[in-house]
Amino acid sequence: MSPRRGPEEEFTSYYGRPILKAPTWEPLDIAGYLFAGGLAGASSALAAGAELTGRPALARSTRLTALGAIGVSLAALVHDLGRPARFVNMLRVAKPTSPMSMGSWLLAAYSPLVGLAAGAELVSLPMLRRVAPIAGRGAAVLGAGVATYTAALIGDTAVPTWHDGHRHLPFVFAGSAAASAGGVASALTPLAQSGPARRVAVGAAVAELAATTAMERSGHLSTQTLREGRAHTLMASAKVLTGVGAGVLGALGGRSRVAAAAGGLALAAGSVCLRFGIFEAGRASTLDPRYVIEPQRRSSRSPSAADSAPSETAADAPTGG
Amino acid sequence: MPRVGFFTDTSVCIGCKACEVACKEWNAVPTKGALELTGESFDNTSELSADSWRHVAFIEQQVQTPSENGPQEGVRWLMSSDVCKHCTHSACLDVCPTGSLFRTEFGTVVVQQDICNGCGYCVSACPYGVIAQREDDGRVFKCTMCYDRLKVGSEPACAQACPTQSIQFGDLDELRERAQTRVEELHAAGQDKARLYGESPDDGVGGAGAFFLLLDEPEVYGLPPDPIVTTRDLGAMWRRVGAAGAALLAGVAAAYLSDRG
Repeated sequence: MSPRRGPEEEFTSYYGRPILKAPTWEPLDIAGYLFAGGLAGASSALAAGAELTGRPALARSTRLTALGAIGVSLAALVHDLGRPARFVNMLRVAKPTSPMSMGSWLLAAYSPLVGLAAGAELVSLPMLRRVAPIAGRGAAVLGAGVATYTAALIGDTAVPTWHDGHRHLPFVFAGSAAASAGGVASALTPLAQSGPARRVAVGAAVAELAATTAMERSGHLSTQTLREGRAHTLMASAKVLTGVGAGVLGALGGRSRVAAAAGGLALAAGSVCLRFGIFEAGRASTLDPRYVIEPQRRSSRSPSAADSAPSETAADAPTGG
Repeated sequence: MPRVGFFTDTSVCIGCKACEVACKEWNAVPTKGALELTGESFDNTSELSADSWRHVAFIEQQVQTPSENGPQEGVRWLMSSDVCKHCTHSACLDVCPTGSLFRTEFGTVVVQQDICNGCGYCVSACPYGVIAQREDDGRVFKCTMCYDRLKVGSEPACAQACPTQSIQFGDLDELRERAQTRVEELHAAGQDKARLYGESPDDGVGGAGAFFLLLDEPEVYGLPPDPIVTTRDLGAMWRRVGAAGAALLAGVAAAYLSDRG
């Protein structure tokens, strides 16, 4: 007999098998990419501010952070695809309906600008020093896209937790990216120049926690996956690290370099946990068919209720520092 | 060129799996490896995958059957040959970043294997869980509705092999009419739960190019009850990404402007 669920449960399934295919992506590649891309993009925004307001030490640390992080991002993408030539293949077409295609073009434009801006910190060429500010400002604008487009990347899938979170994820990711970039910059920059980085970090951490809470309370069945298993451990760790990191950085970061480093790195670690937690929750939501069947059943029985899931919530408030 | 499709009438499927075999033979689809018995009735294929482009589902249900001594516990068999739906609005095609997936002149959706770069985006985008990755080379594979056979005026291998005409191939509009007639026949014969699945151009994927006549709820067969193409919300997603990116830049600017020394 095929195992039908009991009459008290809402649905039957085919031998309990998943309806969707689980993501083919490795967590280290893709969740790691979500984090590193966010760190790079938001660091570029900080770097442009530092350059415009005459903070050379802050500009140096944020530019080098952006370079390192985008290097890790590209390595993660190439590893995910299997062969370097396959990244070049991504630029074969430009498709607005494919966030991955748009993201590939964004990276292709953003990475060289980061290279120019950071290059001026590494080699002393007069030419490079002249173009670095302009390249850095371009990287700041594109970096905001690099840090946030990944929300559309995973939102535009049939993975229940990711798709249901598509309204909140851009703000969650923007907050998480800015918190990690502000945190890393606070850790790497002398106190005299790191004031704006600390303010960005603390403000973004608050915004990220608010957006994440709004996502968790959006009323979708799939948000259960954020509260179960390994995803729950990661999401809870992210909250503690982000909260404590922001607290330490905000209270003591202006006086003690050690406190600034500890708080800043805790924020970065919180951002890592958040990305891996959301990745894991999405994967879990593809494995249990109820996350597909129950919401679709409800919406097909009452068409008017199809889009009635609570959506426009606190996360709509602008995030940032 | 009129759009073509499959109408799979599961009420006459006998579970012979000739469609699975014909598909494997014609398209040179490799085996999954060692045969593993699942214990799930006669189903050892389990799901559509990169190496199974047709999948015959077997469902055994306990039902009341009439007998000389009144109603008795009996068993009803449901069998259904599943396949790629070749959606009107297909998420896999929309999200493919290389243009490897494309829509053919027959209205079907096909992967160009020499262009696929194995990113796996289509796998997560498909609301039916059809398209899948072959682990050894990383590329994705699925039903092509035998594109090569359509090109020369033949019907797909599965439809030709089906001994009961459970799998019918043809002009999609004509198949929809035929399916409507058939479901009305079944209703008249007392099969109340018979319904068409995926035939309506008004559904979440704009109608499937491969649709079904089912005898129970879709999820009983492992099908999503009311799937929606994931790219329907993409415009809203891009707007929110833009708002979040602008908020990020505004926040950073505010942090510099609020400088107190």
